[in-house]
Amino acid sequence: MSGLIITSLIILVFVIIYQIGKASEYAAILRGEKKVNAQVNRAMAWALVGTFILGMWGIWECHQYFKDLMLPVAACRTGENYDSMFNVTIMVTGIVFFLTQAVLFWFCFKYQDSGKRSSYFFAHSNKLELIWTTIPAIAMAILVAIGIRNWFDVTSEAPAEATAVEIVGKQFNWIIRYPGKDKILGKRDFRKINDANNVLGLDWNDPHNADDIIAQNGEIHMVVGKPVKLIIGSRDVIHDVGLPHFRMKMDAVPGITTTLWLTPTITSDSMKLITKNPNFVYEIACDQLCGKGHYAMRGTIIVETQAKYDEWFAKQQSYYATANPSAAPAAPAADSAATAPKAEAGKEISMK
Amino acid sequence: MNIEGIITEGAHTAHAHDSAGGHHGHEHHEQHFIWKYIFSQDHKIIGKQFLITGIIWAIIGALFSVFFRLQLGFPDSSFPIMEKFLGEWAKGGKLSPEFYYALVTMHGTILVFFVLTAGLSGTFANLLIPLQIGARDMASPFMNMLSYWFFFAASVIMLISLFVETGPASGGWTTYPPLSALKEASLGSGIGMDLWLMGMSLFVISSLLGGLNYISTILNMRTKGMTMTRLPLTVWALLFTAVLGVLSFPVLFSGVVLLIFDRNMGTSFYLSEIFIGGKALPNIGGSAILYQHLFWFLGHPEVYIIMLPGMGMASEVLSTHSRKPIFGYFAMVISMVGITFLAFLVWAHHMFVTGMSPFLGSIFVLLTLLIAVPSAVKVFNWLTTIWRGNIRFNPPMLFALGFVSLFISGGLTGIFLGNSALDIHLHDTYFVIAHFHIVMGVSAFFGMFAGVYHWFPKMYGRYMNNTLGYIHFFMTFIGAYLIFWPMHYEGIAGMPRRYYDYSAWESFKNFQSINGFISIVATVVFFAQLVFVFNFFFSIFKGRKLTTLNPWGSTTLEWTTPINPGHGNWEGDIPEVHRWPYDYKDDGNGNDFIPQTTPLRPGEDAH
Repeated sequence: MSGLIITSLIILVFVIIYQIGKASEYAAILRGEKKVNAQVNRAMAWALVGTFILGMWGIWECHQYFKDLMLPVAACRTGENYDSMFNVTIMVTGIVFFLTQAVLFWFCFKYQDSGKRSSYFFAHSNKLELIWTTIPAIAMAILVAIGIRNWFDVTSEAPAEATAVEIVGKQFNWIIRYPGKDKILGKRDFRKINDANNVLGLDWNDPHNADDIIAQNGEIHMVVGKPVKLIIGSRDVIHDVGLPHFRMKMDAVPGITTTLWLTPTITSDSMKLITKNPNFVYEIACDQLCGKGHYAMRGTIIVETQAKYDEWFAKQQSYYATANPSAAPAAPAADSAATAPKAEAGKEISMK
Repeated sequence: MNIEGIITEGAHTAHAHDSAGGHHGHEHHEQHFIWKYIFSQDHKIIGKQFLITGIIWAIIGALFSVFFRLQLGFPDSSFPIMEKFLGEWAKGGKLSPEFYYALVTMHGTILVFFVLTAGLSGTFANLLIPLQIGARDMASPFMNMLSYWFFFAASVIMLISLFVETGPASGGWTTYPPLSALKEASLGSGIGMDLWLMGMSLFVISSLLGGLNYISTILNMRTKGMTMTRLPLTVWALLFTAVLGVLSFPVLFSGVVLLIFDRNMGTSFYLSEIFIGGKALPNIGGSAILYQHLFWFLGHPEVYIIMLPGMGMASEVLSTHSRKPIFGYFAMVISMVGITFLAFLVWAHHMFVTGMSPFLGSIFVLLTLLIAVPSAVKVFNWLTTIWRGNIRFNPPMLFALGFVSLFISGGLTGIFLGNSALDIHLHDTYFVIAHFHIVMGVSAFFGMFAGVYHWFPKMYGRYMNNTLGYIHFFMTFIGAYLIFWPMHYEGIAGMPRRYYDYSAWESFKNFQSINGFISIVATVVFFAQLVFVFNFFFSIFKGRKLTTLNPWGSTTLEWTTPINPGHGNWEGDIPEVHRWPYDYKDDGNGNDFIPQTTPLRPGEDAH
C-alpha cells in the first residue's frame, strides 16, 4: 500500500514538473518569445554565478567538516615524503582548479548574450597555444620528477638488517608468518596447504621452517625505528595489503611474491595520544576486491618498543609446535622449538 | 569517389546502395514498420535505437547505484522496497554482501560499456557522421544494422545474467581473475560470469562492426569540398573514438577468450599456485597480472572512447551557442591525435601496485602525466572559445559548460593517480571513485546530454522542454559535485572502495554520516535523471514542433536537411562544402553565422 502511495506521489510530482515546463513554454509564446528568452538567459547567467559562489562555500564547508576526520601524521619516513608531495600536488592542481573554474563562470556571466554586442571573431593564435602547451608541460615535468624520486625511494630494496615478515591473504583474512630465531623464512608450497595443521603449506623438509611463527589473527608486531620487510603472498585470489597510516599498499597475487618495506616511526601507544583516540589501531585493509567478505578482511599492526616486542616474541610458539602438539611439547619458540622438527626433517632427508 | 555520381544522378538513384537490404525505395511507397524502425538500415534510426537502448540501460545501472548507496549510507537500516525489486537478494530489505558486489559490478559494466560506449558513440557516430560529412548513409548500412543487433544480443545476455540463481558477475567491472575465474571464489563467478563473458564478446563484435564502419565512412564518403580540415570537431572526435575502439577492443576480446579457457577448459593462463575450496588446484605457471595487462590495454583507451565524443560535442555546442568559432581548431585536432596516441601507452598506471617493476612504473608515470598536456590545451581552448562570445544559455549549452567544469575537476585529480608515488596510497580508495566518476562518468554524461538536447530537434523534429532541461541541469550539476567532492576526502583518508560496510573499521567508521549524506543526494540525483527521461520520451510525441530548418543558427550540414529527413537525408542533391565549420561571423545579411554550404565571398579568407 505504501509502495503504491509513493509511486503515485512520484508520478504526481512528475506531472506537476511537466505542467510547469509546458506552462512556461506557452507563457513564453504569449509574452513574446524574444523578451522571455532574454530574461531566461539573464536568469541562467546569474544562476551559474550563484552555483559557483555556492560551490566555493561548499568546498570551504566540506574542508571544515573533514579537517578532523583525516588520517593522522604519517607513521614512517616515506609516508612523510608522501604527505609533502601530496601537498605540493594539491597546491599546483588547486591553483589551476580555482583559476580555470573562476574564469569559466566569469566568462559565462560576462559574455552572456545581451543582444547589444556581437561576438568577437577569434579563431586561433599560435602564441597562446604555445604558452598553454609549455606551462602545463613544465608543471607536469616537475611533478613527475618529484614523483619518480619518491617512487624509487618507496620501492627501493629493503635494507639488509630489515626484519622479514610474511603476510599472506586468503578469503577472508590475513595470515602472518615471522621467521624464528634463525631469521629466515622457510620454503612453502601451496600443494602442502592444509587448513587443519599447515595453513601456509610450510615444507617441513626445510629446517628453516621449524622455528617459524604463524599468527592467524592478522596481527603484525613491529619495533619502532626498525625496518620491516613485508613479503606478500596470496593463497587464493588477488588481495591487497593496504596500509593507510604508512601511505602505501601492495597487491597480494597468487603465484607471485611482492614486497613492501617500511620503518615505523610512531608506536601504537603514541599514536593513541596523537589522535586522542584510545581505540586507535594501525589497520591493514584489503584493497583489492576478493569476494563477499572483502570488506571484513582486516588486519592490524602493533608498533611497539623493542622491550615490549621482545616480551611478546618470547611468548610465541613455533607453528610446528602449535600445529603438531603431539610431536613437540609446547615450548617457547625463542629457545628450544627447533629441535624436534629438525630431527624429523633430518630423518626424512636421510631416508631419500 | 562515388559521391560525384550521386550528385549528378540525383536523389532517387542515391538510394541505390540500399537496395541490397530490401525493396524499399521509400519515396515511392511506405516501408513496412519492421524494416523502417526495427531492422532499419537508416543510420538515423540506428542511432536512435542505440540511444533508447542506452537510456534503458542507464536507468537500470543508475537504479543499481541507488540500491548499493542505500546500503553504504545506512548499513543498519532495511529498505523493504529493495526486496520488491531484488527478491531474495535483499531479504527483509537488507542487501546481502554477495549481491552488493553483484550490483557494484553490474553498475560498472552497464555504465561503462552499455551506456557510455554503445549508448554514447553508437548514438552520435551513427546520427552525426553521415549528416555532418554530407553522406546519405554509412559506408555499409547493413553492417551498421548488425552492429546494433549484436549490441542488442549482448544486452539480452547481460540482462539474463541478472536473473540467474547465483546472481550476475560480482568480481568488479574489471573481473580480475582468479576471483572471476574460479567458481569456488565467489557466487557470481558461476554462470553469471559465463554470461558476462559471452555478453562482452558480443559487445566487442558490435563495437568493431560499428567502428570500422565509422572510420571508412569518414575517410571515404565526405561530400564534395568536405576536406578533412573542414570536418566539424564532432566528426574528428568520433573518428578517433572509432580508431581507439578498433585497435583496443580486440585485445580485451583476447583477454576474455583466455579467461573462458581458464574457466572451462583447464588452461592456466591466469592461474597459478592456488589453494581454494579446501584443495590445491593443479594450475601452475599462469599469471593473474597478464589479464590486467590485457584488460587495461583496452580499459584505458576505453576511458578516451568515453571522453572523446563528449569533447567533440562540447566543442560544437560551445561554439554554436557562443556564436563564436571554436578557438584553435587545429590545436583541438592535434590534441586529440595526442590523446589517441598516448591512450595506448598508459594502461599500466592502473597496475602500479601489482608488484610491477618500479622502473616500468616510472615510464608509465611519465607517459600518463604527459596526457595532461593535450587535455589542458583543450580546456584552455574551450575557455577562449566562450571568451567575448554571445552566450545563449539553453540546455545544451549549460551541459557543455558543465562538461568543461567537470572535466577540469576530474582531470586534475588524475594528476594524483597517474603519479605512482601518490597512487601507492590512493589506489583503490574512494579518491579513485571520485576521480573517474567525475571525469568519465558525469562529465561524459554531460557531453552526452549536451548532444541529446542539441540534436534532439534533428532527431525528432521537435524541441525538448527547456524548463525541464534547466531543472535537470542544475540538479545534476550541483548533485554530482555534492556526491563526489566529499569522496575525495574519504579516499585521501584511505577509505577503500568496494566495501559493503565500514562499521568494523576504526580508521573509516568516522565517515558514516557523510556516506549517508552522499546516498541521499545520489537518490535525489537519480530522480532528477528521470526528469530527463520523461522530457525525452514526452517530447518525442508532444514537444514543441520545429518550424525552421536550422533552429540554433548552426553552420554544419545536418541543419541543411529537411526537418524530418528520410533515408538518404537530402531530398535533392547532397550539399557541397565551401568553408570550415565554424564561421560564426557576420555574413553581411544580418546573420551571425555562415553555413558550410555558402561559397567564400570574393576576397574572404578561408580560415
